[in-house]
Amino acid sequence: MSSRLKNLALIALLAFALPVRAQTGGELHFCLHGEPKTFNPVLVDDEPSENIRYLTGGVLIRLNRQTQALDPALATSWKVSRDRRTITFHLRKGIYFSDGTPFSSEDVAYTMRLLMDPETHSTTGDAFRSGEGAVQVRAPGPDIVVITFPAPIAGLERLFDQVAILSAHSPKKEMAVLGPFYVADYKAGSYVLLQKNQNYWKHDAQGHALPYIDSVRLDIQRNRDIELLRFRRGELQLINRLDAEQFDRLQQENPVVTKNAGTGLDAEELWFNQVPAAPLPEYKKAWFRTKGFRKAISMAINRADLCRIVYAGYAKPAYGPVSPSNQFWFNKSLEDPKYDPQAALRLLAQAGFRYENESLKDRAGNRVEFTVVTNSGNAAREKIATMIQQDLTQVGIKVNVVTLDFPSLIERITRTFDYDACILGLVNTDLDPNGQMNVWLSSSENHQWNPSQKAPATSWEAEIDKLMREQAAAATEKERKAKFDRVQQIAAEQQPFIYLINKDVLLAVSPSVIGAVPVVLNPPGFWNVETLRLGPAPELGVQK
Amino acid sequence: MTRRRLRVICAAVLCAIFGVGLFASTVSPYSYARQFRERPNAAPSASHLLGTDSLGRDLFARLVYGTRVSLLLAPAAALLATLIAGVFGGLAGLVGGWCEKLVLAAADLSMALPLLFVLLALRAVLPLDISPILSVIATFVLLGLLGWPSSLRVVWATTRNLRNSDFLLLARATGCGRWRMIVRHVFPNLRPVLFAQFWISIPLFVLTEATLSMLGLGVMEPLPSWGNLLRGLEDISAVSANLWRLAPLILLVLVVICFQLILPAQEETA
Repeated sequence: MSSRLKNLALIALLAFALPVRAQTGGELHFCLHGEPKTFNPVLVDDEPSENIRYLTGGVLIRLNRQTQALDPALATSWKVSRDRRTITFHLRKGIYFSDGTPFSSEDVAYTMRLLMDPETHSTTGDAFRSGEGAVQVRAPGPDIVVITFPAPIAGLERLFDQVAILSAHSPKKEMAVLGPFYVADYKAGSYVLLQKNQNYWKHDAQGHALPYIDSVRLDIQRNRDIELLRFRRGELQLINRLDAEQFDRLQQENPVVTKNAGTGLDAEELWFNQVPAAPLPEYKKAWFRTKGFRKAISMAINRADLCRIVYAGYAKPAYGPVSPSNQFWFNKSLEDPKYDPQAALRLLAQAGFRYENESLKDRAGNRVEFTVVTNSGNAAREKIATMIQQDLTQVGIKVNVVTLDFPSLIERITRTFDYDACILGLVNTDLDPNGQMNVWLSSSENHQWNPSQKAPATSWEAEIDKLMREQAAAATEKERKAKFDRVQQIAAEQQPFIYLINKDVLLAVSPSVIGAVPVVLNPPGFWNVETLRLGPAPELGVQK
Repeated sequence: MTRRRLRVICAAVLCAIFGVGLFASTVSPYSYARQFRERPNAAPSASHLLGTDSLGRDLFARLVYGTRVSLLLAPAAALLATLIAGVFGGLAGLVGGWCEKLVLAAADLSMALPLLFVLLALRAVLPLDISPILSVIATFVLLGLLGWPSSLRVVWATTRNLRNSDFLLLARATGCGRWRMIVRHVFPNLRPVLFAQFWISIPLFVLTEATLSMLGLGVMEPLPSWGNLLRGLEDISAVSANLWRLAPLILLVLVVICFQLILPAQEETA
């Protein structure tokens, strides 16, 4: 009797499970915002190719975009040596590439050798270049790989999230993949069609093969307005990035489809030109080198208004080089950015400036006036500049706003240094502070306020150099965190970059996409593509 | 309605628009730069006749001041371009020979250059620390300096025809001096062409400035111009929700139509 009951229960369970099974299959449809330059994962250096690598590539370790922790993928476990030079992977067994070629440690060795070959010119490989000398890759067994680097690499294991393993033996070369999908069709300028990889190794908790979706169609569409129009018509099921205005409007039309993943990693910032050889009057250079001046400017900017007006409330005032959404590396002890024009005036007075007849003058009687440049065509930055222009009139500073086409702007900020101040964005794709090494080292070309210094120009820049190098070589994450916290503190005290806002990551997801959990890390909308399912979409028309 | 009557109406409309632009500070209740941050994208109301833009600036004030910028400087640029075209085109047509070849080669070269990119490049090399007023003057001077070649070809062709005309031959035969011939015989015959070129250039320069501003390279913030006001129309769905934002476009279309209707008819210029 009890066995009969069990059978009945099983039948009932299967009956309930049917609708779930019916949700498998179908085609997910969204846009790439440019032509993918390559399908070879080793050569990826653009966003469209990066998206395809994410959808097709199998990696040893996957950064979980939601928890920001590392999950085992093709490697079941790994161990980093104390000197942070060697990493040993234990690989998953019985795995096959999309074309049926078996996966082994030889493939990992082949991929790493190709990645580190200087002839390959791999951007992904550059992240592993820690010092002079070759990278040693050994495969002592079919499921063990040992990789030794010439110098210690901080956050080594995280870098493997970007390394999609290639087959050493497949005749299909880079088109044989270990990820959830493979490239089935591509029409230049039109679309990329990805089909489900039947050999994908992952299964859900019930033992069903992943991914649930049969195919992904990526239309190549640069025009964001057309993308939004097609989403509204129900032709697309996902928009990975929306600007605040589009998001706001879509939310008024159909709040169900809009998703705010939270504060993103990217920041908008203002900096003053501190290059000693810049063709600027000496008195201006003296202003820009004064800590009190920079701090006062920072205090006189109403960041809350920037967030509310320029980004329709979908942004947060920025604290510093690390967004609060970077859970581990953000220094929680940093103070909130204050808006206080009166305190700004007091700081300016302490720095030797005087406020007379609604205008600010320096010790020598020069009127404080400078020009802010930004790139033309970026409406948000132009608005930020115009709002800062008005904010600074309250402390008697006259600001001119000039927009330049991007090549002219880059020429000025990197070669001629003929500018006073600049507003640009910092794109953070990496959670690890090593990703910002090229910004903070005084010798770096991207140390924008005073790049390519032979020796640090100030004591605080020397301290940042030291801390950044120490954190890169530190043995534990805790030590690294302590050092990078201090870097953030110095950045807040000195304000070489005046961080303005961190934008929210805004998406549109059709109700037909089941299981979407937008996150702030890339790719925000389809990071969990293997577990996404497709169903009917009553609001936007039935799935086609 | 006769053409003359239509012209009178167009002239009246243009005068009214010019007048509003000239007395912008009296007509407008607010400064064009003032940001009412609590009221961004506000609908038209008694306090803001055309509503506010995305930064909360009064759109009526910006339209009125923008009219001053665009409608005062575009004719100035058109005058500069017509003067250059008149002097060099006339010279080439009258003198002929190597002078003609040189001037026409320069005109051809200028016409072959993509004007927009030349303007972008010139704007990029200008010093950054100039005030918005100087920036707008520089923009229109550049437009004037670069907008002459097509007018020059028209003036040159007309002058060349005049050079071979019977009345000039007769004047020369009766001992008329060179300057008297230019002032009394050539210039009066060139006048309708020069006028036509001047009137044609005004809307052309207004539109070019609008294009430059759409690219973020025309008039500098916070100074308004029709060009940077038209940038608010980039987002079609936002405009359909706020139709009053079409005001600068309506004004631009009206001014261009008025200028075209004021132009002398073909039979009048012949």
